[in-house]
Amino acid sequence: MFSSLQETPPARRSQAVKILVTAKRVEDPESKIKVKPDGTGIVQEGLKYKINPFDEIGVEEGLRLIAKHDPKGEVVVVSIGGKEVQEQLRHALAMGAHRAVWVNHTGPLDQLAIAGLIQKVTEKEKPDLVILGKQSIDDDQNQVGQYLAEFLGWGQATFASKVESLESEAEKNKVPAVTLTADGKAVRVVREVDNGLATVECQLPAVVTTDLRLNQPRYASLPGIMKAKSKPIEELTPAKLGVDVTPTIQVLKLSSPPARKAGIKVPDVATLVDKLHNEAKVV
Amino acid sequence: MPIVLIVAEQQPDGNLRKASLNAISAGKQLADKAGAELHLVLLGKEPAKVADELKGSGAKVVHLGAAPELEHYLAETYAPAIAALAQELKADYVGMASTAQGKDLMPRVAARLKSAMATDITAINGSGADLTFTRPMWAGNVFAEVKLTTPVKVFTVRATEFAAAAGGQGAAEVKTFAPKVEASKTKFVDFKEVKSARPELTEARVVISGGRGTKGDFKEIEALADDLGAAVGASRAVCDAGWVPNDLQVGQTGKVVAPALYIAAGISGAIQHLAGMKSSKTIVAINKDAEAPIFQVADYGIVADLFKVLPELRQELAKLK
Repeated sequence: MFSSLQETPPARRSQAVKILVTAKRVEDPESKIKVKPDGTGIVQEGLKYKINPFDEIGVEEGLRLIAKHDPKGEVVVVSIGGKEVQEQLRHALAMGAHRAVWVNHTGPLDQLAIAGLIQKVTEKEKPDLVILGKQSIDDDQNQVGQYLAEFLGWGQATFASKVESLESEAEKNKVPAVTLTADGKAVRVVREVDNGLATVECQLPAVVTTDLRLNQPRYASLPGIMKAKSKPIEELTPAKLGVDVTPTIQVLKLSSPPARKAGIKVPDVATLVDKLHNEAKVV
Repeated sequence: MPIVLIVAEQQPDGNLRKASLNAISAGKQLADKAGAELHLVLLGKEPAKVADELKGSGAKVVHLGAAPELEHYLAETYAPAIAALAQELKADYVGMASTAQGKDLMPRVAARLKSAMATDITAINGSGADLTFTRPMWAGNVFAEVKLTTPVKVFTVRATEFAAAAGGQGAAEVKTFAPKVEASKTKFVDFKEVKSARPELTEARVVISGGRGTKGDFKEIEALADDLGAAVGASRAVCDAGWVPNDLQVGQTGKVVAPALYIAAGISGAIQHLAGMKSSKTIVAINKDAEAPIFQVADYGIVADLFKVLPELRQELAKLK
């Protein structure tokens, strides 16, 4: 799993730009998540699933980079999970990704294992750039991109974001947050950090993780959906990739956050200020 | 003796990032439960600048690593230096505050140490070999108790869940070391700061946030914030719309705050937003829609137009003085 840590990264292809993107299957962010009474998991009934929103932004950014820098380029999408993750792969293919890699595995995986698997897929595919979401909205760990960059010995630019609004008229004209440099040997990324925006430049190949405002992902068009059906999905397994996925994080128990005690509605501002002053004592 | 190593953070302006003090107090709690010694590390071009602040924060040793190459933070230069120190000290735990830097850096340190990592821990449970962390999942709708089984355990700390380490606890020994600086494939280009005269969002005692209901007009919110010495926050919708800068966003994908008083004006209270403010001591909701989910977590709610309520609120508050 860590074998290539100190080795030179795989040689880049001299031809078209190739971008590997991830597509984790997660619960729909609008779903109400409830913990099972025994704390062993979450209640699955009635849940809808979709591609992790940050990964969807990654797929979009990959497609935009190809469109801008190399129309002959290729976007390859990877997902890890049971056969149901093919839904998310098909969604990415319908958005415009060229082909998919499915790492077939059921059962728990921690971030070390996920990064190890993506590392092996990366070494096999030899992309110029790997784009992942900054975090998945189920486990909220925000780790895999960074682990991956370290395993590969590559540069990382996390939380890629934009300065301006997505809705603004200027959207089309502004400088994108992720750009390949003129010589095609580096990627320049604007990162969302505490108190502002930091810009870095990473030599390719590199790892980028997406923040929320990087772009507005496109909808899959009907022709796109039809076309996606004939795009290839390659099946791999942890065993084929030679990765030990034994979890190193044991989840002992899940619980619901403590409920806040029911509040009250007050009729007017004077009552509100009185409560804040005399009851809550916060003003 | 086991060792807990906490990474402190210097801001671009040279000052200590305050969340480091919360991470240090989590480190102290962890050291007590694990029967360990607390060490701190700070890297930078001039880390000695904040050494005094770290000296009195309750640690046994403060390690200062200075090198000109460390002037601008990069995960690729900081991670090897911290991992090397952790290995040299034989640290069992390596942690940092869950700031943007902590989230960028610690997984890379963990990867180097071949360690499992827990992000955003909110509690430390048990002791010795049975030590576990509690951390939020699914936008704070679930809390998981997790046990890391790798020899070295890495974590980041949700600052709002631990008090800031106080000074005056006896001086730590300060050791300087020459960090091993590796070549980086990433170079720093620039940093554009969003300047504000108001307190930092994650550190403010009072936070007033505006949502879609403001229609982008934050004047009343800012006026009230100035009266109260409060920080201004925002929902994701208004940041996405470009009405306010991104770094004001409170929520799962923005900042997590837990002030004494949180006033949500024109915010419906989506799951995403609640994840960032649910731990506030007192929550006030101002919203025209009586059915808005924000009222389910608010201690006090007013069903009314925020443009009427906020000026009145300023007047009523002025009467208290």
